[in-house]
Parts: sequence; C-alpha cells; structure tokens
Amino acid sequence: MIAEIGLAALWLAAALAALQLFAGVLALRQNQDEDGELARLVRPAAMVQALLASLAFLMLMWCFAITDLSVKLVAANSHSLKPILYKVTGTWGNHEGSMLLWVAVMAMSGGLIGWLEKRLPVRTMQATLATQGFVALGFYAFLLLSSNPFERLPIPAPEGQGLNPLLQDIGLALHPPTLYIGYVGLSVAFSFAIGALLTRNVTPEFARVMRPWVLGAWVFLTLGITAGSYWAYYELGWGGWWFWDPVENASLMPWLAATALLHSTSVLAARDALRTWTIMLGVVAFSMSMLGTFLVRSGVLTSVHAFAVDPERGSFILALLAIYIGGSLAIFALRAGTVAEGKRFAMTSREGALVFNNVMLSAILGIVLLGTLYPLLTEAFDIRVSVGPPYFNPVSAIFAVPMFLVMAAGPLMRWREDKPARIQLELAIVGAIILGVLAVVAVLGDYSILAILGLALSAGLAIASFMPLRGRKLARVPLATWGMVLAHFGVAVSLFGMASESAFTTERLSAVTAGESQQVAGWNITLESVDPIAGPNWTAMEARVIAQRGKGEASVMVPQARNFWAPAQATSESALLTRWDGQLYAVIGDSAGVDANGNQRWQLRVWWKPFVTFIWYGGLLIALGGALAIIGRVSTDLKRRRAVLRGTEKRAEAEQLKMEKIDGYGTF
Amino acid sequence: MTEISTGLRAKHQRMVLVVIAIVAVIAAGLLAAYALRNQANFFYLPEQMSANPPETGKAVRLGGMVQPGSLQTLDDGITVAFVVTGNEAATIPVRYSGILPDLFVEGSGVVADGSLQENGTFLATNLLAKHDENYVPRELEGLEQHKSPEQSYTTTMYTD
Repeated sequence: MIAEIGLAALWLAAALAALQLFAGVLALRQNQDEDGELARLVRPAAMVQALLASLAFLMLMWCFAITDLSVKLVAANSHSLKPILYKVTGTWGNHEGSMLLWVAVMAMSGGLIGWLEKRLPVRTMQATLATQGFVALGFYAFLLLSSNPFERLPIPAPEGQGLNPLLQDIGLALHPPTLYIGYVGLSVAFSFAIGALLTRNVTPEFARVMRPWVLGAWVFLTLGITAGSYWAYYELGWGGWWFWDPVENASLMPWLAATALLHSTSVLAARDALRTWTIMLGVVAFSMSMLGTFLVRSGVLTSVHAFAVDPERGSFILALLAIYIGGSLAIFALRAGTVAEGKRFAMTSREGALVFNNVMLSAILGIVLLGTLYPLLTEAFDIRVSVGPPYFNPVSAIFAVPMFLVMAAGPLMRWREDKPARIQLELAIVGAIILGVLAVVAVLGDYSILAILGLALSAGLAIASFMPLRGRKLARVPLATWGMVLAHFGVAVSLFGMASESAFTTERLSAVTAGESQQVAGWNITLESVDPIAGPNWTAMEARVIAQRGKGEASVMVPQARNFWAPAQATSESALLTRWDGQLYAVIGDSAGVDANGNQRWQLRVWWKPFVTFIWYGGLLIALGGALAIIGRVSTDLKRRRAVLRGTEKRAEAEQLKMEKIDGYGTF
Repeated sequence: MTEISTGLRAKHQRMVLVVIAIVAVIAAGLLAAYALRNQANFFYLPEQMSANPPETGKAVRLGGMVQPGSLQTLDDGITVAFVVTGNEAATIPVRYSGILPDLFVEGSGVVADGSLQENGTFLATNLLAKHDENYVPRELEGLEQHKSPEQSYTTTMYTD
C-alpha cells in the first residue's frame, strides 16, 4: 500500500509539472498578468508538486525503513538485519532511489521559489516556473518509465541482497542529500536565466533576486563535495582525499560553474554589467549538473556511484540532456542579441578582476570536462586511456595560479575603475608573503612545484582575504562582506591543507608482531593486539594500536579489516587520530606470515598527514561564508524594498496633499 | 561622471571581453588536448609494455590479470611480487609494497599505478583491484569472463 501511495504521488507530481509548464507557457503567450485564470495556477502547481514529490520520497523511505521485501528496489538493495540508519539512508544508496531524491529536490526548489519569491515581475516568474516544470517533467518521465522505484516483485523476496558495505556509513546520510540539494538546486539558476531571457528582463534587479538562490545551491554543493571528499578519505583506506575520479569531476564541474555564476551575478547586481555572461553561466551551471547526472547514472562510467549498468537508462538521460542543454543553448543563441549592453568598466577594476577569474574558472571547467570525457571518446575508437592526476593537477594549476593571484587583489579594488597604485602597499605585502614563503619552502625541502606554489599562495591569500576589512569599523561591515572574507579565507585554508598534505605527508608501512613498535614523524606506534570481532552484519579483525607523540599521552586507534556477509565483501576501516596540526591515519592489512621467532605478523600502514584536516575546514568556511552572504543580501534587500515602499507611499501622500492644495486653489 | 580612461565604446568593450574569453578557453582547450595526447600513453597492457616499454621511472598505469601461482609475499612481510599477464604471452613482473586491496587474488584483474624499473620490473605505488565479485576495472573489460546473471541486481563500484 505504501509503495502504491508513493507511485500515485509521483504520477500526480508529474502531472502537476506538466500543468505548471502548460499554464506558464499559455499565460506567457496570451500576455496575461497574474489575474489570468491559467496564470494563477502556476505557483500553486509548483508548491503542490513539491509536496507530492516529497511525499513519494517519504513513502520510499518508509518502505526501506520497514524493509518491505515485496518492493523490488528494497529487496535488491537492503537487508532486514542492517542497522536502521543504513536502512533509511539506503533509500538513496541505489539508482532509482537517488533519482527520486533528484526529482524531489528539483520539485522542492521549484516549490520554494513559487512560494517565497515575490520580487520578480509576474511574467518572468511564470517563465521561470514553466522552465522548472519543463525540466522536472523530463526527469519524472525518466523515473516513471525506466526507473520506477516502487516496482513490486511478483513474489516477495525472503531476504534482501544488502547494501554495498562501503556505503554503510554515516557519510551516506550526509553526502548525497547535501550534494543533491546543491546540484539540483542549480536548476533554479537555470530556470531564472531562461525565464529572464524569454521575457527580456536581464536587469540588476533580476540578479539581486537570483543571487540568494544561486548562493544557497552553491553552499550545499560546497558542503556536499566537502563531505564526499572526507568520506572517501576515511572510508577507502588509501589515505587520499581526491582521486580525479569522473564522478568527483561530475560534482566539481557544476561547482566551478556556480562559483563563476555567483561572482558574475554580483557584478550584474552591483554594476549592471556582464548581463549575457551571467545568463550563459546560469545555463552552463545546471547543464553541468545534468551532464554529471548522465555520467554517474547512465553507467558509462564504472564507479562506486554508478549503482548498476543499464544502457536503456543511459540513452534516456542522454536524450534529456540533448533536449535541455541543446534547447537552452538554442534559446540563448536566439535571444542573447536582445540583451542590451551593460555598463562599461576599466580592466583594472573590481569588475575586471571578477571577469578575469570568471574566465579562469571557465578554463579550469573546460580542462576538467575534457579530461573527464576524453577516455569515453577514445573508447569509441577502441583505445583505452586513463586520465589521472598527472593530467589534471598541472594543467588546471596553469589557470588556478593566476586565478588565486587575482583573487588576492580583486576584493581590494574599486568598482568601475581603479589605479593599481592606490593599493600598492597591500599588493606589496601580499607579494612579499608569497615570495617569502616560496623561497623558504623551496630552500627547506625537496617538494613538488605545485605543493610549494600552493603553500605560498595560501599564505598570501589568507592575509589578502582579510585586507578588505582594513580601515573599516568592523561592527559596520555588512554581513555579505564578512561572507566574502570568510569564503576567500576558506579557499586559502583549504589550499593550505591540500599543499601541506601533498608536501609533508610521511608514511610507514611495515609487518609487525603484537607488541612491536615503530616510529613515524615523531609518533611512536605500537601494535598491541589483533582480535576477531563481530558487528551487526560483519565480522572483522580489529587491531589495537597505541599511538604516542613524544612523551605525550598515549591514544588507542582501532583500525579494522571487515568482512561483510550481505553482500559478501571486504572493506578496510581506517582509524583516525586528529590533532590540531594534522591527522594520524592507520590501516590494518592482511596477516603477513610469521617472523623468525614464529610470532604472527600483521601489515600495518600508518600515515602522518600534517594539516590535512584544513582541506575540509576550508570547505566548511567557504560554505559558512556563503551562508552569511545569503543572510546579508536577503536582509538588506528586504530593508531596501521596505524603504522604497515607504518612500513611494510618502511621495504619494505628498502628491495627494499637493493635489488637494492645487484643487483648493482651483476652486477659487 | 568622467569618461572611463580606456575610452572604449560599449560595443568595443563587449567585443574585447568576448575575444579575451574565447582566447583563454581555446588556450585551455589546446593545452588540454596537448596534455591528453601525452596521456594516451598512460595506460599499458602487458603486451604493449613489453613491446614498447615506457621510459624507466615515468609514471604509467599497467593493467592485466594476476597470473595464478605467481603471487608471493617477500620476507619483509609487506612487499608482494606477482606477474601480470594480458591476452597474449607477454608477462610483466610487478612489485608492490603496501596493503593489498580487498579481493586482490590471483587470476583476477588488477590495474597498477607505478613505473617501470631498469631491470624490467614494474614498481607499483598503488593497486586498483576489483572491489567486489562482479566489478572489473574499466580498462580490463574483455580480459576475463566476468558477467554473472545476478549482476544487474548487485551494486558495482570503483573505489578510486
């Protein structure tokens, strides 16, 4: 019954998306305003659609929570003995469930703008919601026609097949939902862009409306990527935090586009420049989300994220991709000419710096895109290629380094036109810090060029990010400016973590017997014992490792080598010890035979990773900065609108008085 | 309001911006194409590696099957030696120091990151093995019979 309610809700939601599309289009064609009968339906359709899609998602969650084995999806991906947390999070740990989450988020973003966003002209709003309905409709069709999550089995399965053990982790509760809110939330930017283009309303006012929504999606995308990176880092047991895996790139590409978008939106809002470029980025950002969905969901990539391989689904998503990306680019090509020229600015100005970094971000996006798609292209010609860090790291750095340099100076510059001489002191300080760190690190050790550059740039950027506050009364600095400062500082922090991890990590791999000690980077590591233990759906060999730093307090680490039995699979559970200046990372491996005295030996791999945690602290700071900017922007905008409203009322009153006076004279 | 010092007319400024953006993106594209062409040599099958070996010390990827009976742990307890074979007779001896990936067994596929040494041994720094019964690294598809009837049911994955 539960599954049927879910399915019915999903069909109804799809019908409402269709209504939202047709009502919006008809209202636009008939040139109606909000009073038109059809036009009045657009907003409620979006809101009810959001409720129904959420209901469908909750119903699927329920099926998973009670392990309803008559539902095919549950039987294929869950198990009655799984801990309840993983039963519930397992809802989106599979293809159909995650696509349902996708459309649910899509519907909720549409419902939210339908409910809350009252600032846009009526026609632009109708076009926006119609676009949102149009995109959602395609994905409802995909879900209902080729990936029905509520399909029943003719005979209920006696037991489920279990969830991939790597996914049985708290990370599954955090990473996919936040990532999807960001990923799919960008659909709002897409719909706004198309809506503004269709109704010829690309104005600063429009940019101010779109900005908080873009920022919101971007904040969640940042959090989702950060969570995913940390999850991969501790779950996979290889000590790496970013693998340039195609699915990681699939999340990075929309982030790069959204980062460029929110900066160009700022230029449009503040200075009425970069109109077409902003619209273009709005289209590109969500296109990247859809491309990522295609890469991850179609099975063209074999990956932990590509739950199952099915060519029919791949072609379905590819067709959707062609319709939406092709269609939006066609609209863009047809309408871009009608967008009037924005304001001018000099190259040395805040706008100039933002434009430069927008171009750099786009170039990096292009590089990641080519590197991700290239193996798929060569495969068509039967040449197998692996594209990995040797390509991505140096090639993207060529554009990232100038971007970071300009990012340090940009916020110090004035809008419209500025003379570099005005901020030469600041530039000199930042330049000196960068060169100083560069020299010191290069002299002290033999590190990779990228790591040295990363350390130097992060130091300069960290200082530069606070310079816009210099000489200002801190209490009176707008919240949005604090947001920018924090987010830029977060980039520096994250960059420092990445560079430090790659430059200073020390590693110790050894076969040790119980009681044996070894040293890594000032830590004394002793293997105390290795014992078999059992969990709810796994058994494991658990090592007790005592870690002591110098004469400090000893801590216990318990890395495990787990064997799950549903499905049968082995995983390494790493053990982490976090200190302010880094993390100790331990993994236990196989039994390594016996030593000369006949004692059992175990493989133990320990890393000391200085400041590696800064990578994720930086990500959190960036997201926090984004959140502050949203609060700041929305509250000033509301204040401004109230003031304008009061102003108009006052003027109207004054006008009235004047008129009465004139009338009074007139009677004479 | 003073005139902007560059004195560009609005239309011109837009053109300049568009040209700069296009130049940068084309530069990125060319750079990527150049780097990717070098990357084409990144992946080797054993027969390719023995016929046309990469420079010693260059970071490449080797993919093939772990020859049954070849896997042995050396005395230090952490270094393993095994032989990788492909579709043809060529074999490449591999050494790897580290914890073997889960489900790394003889007779199954492996992709090794590392470099060829002067003595003809491939020194692996990282092994990507299959991580569940049904999964085969993409580069190795077609090397072994891996399809099983329940595959469409089971989750496949790639931890890298």
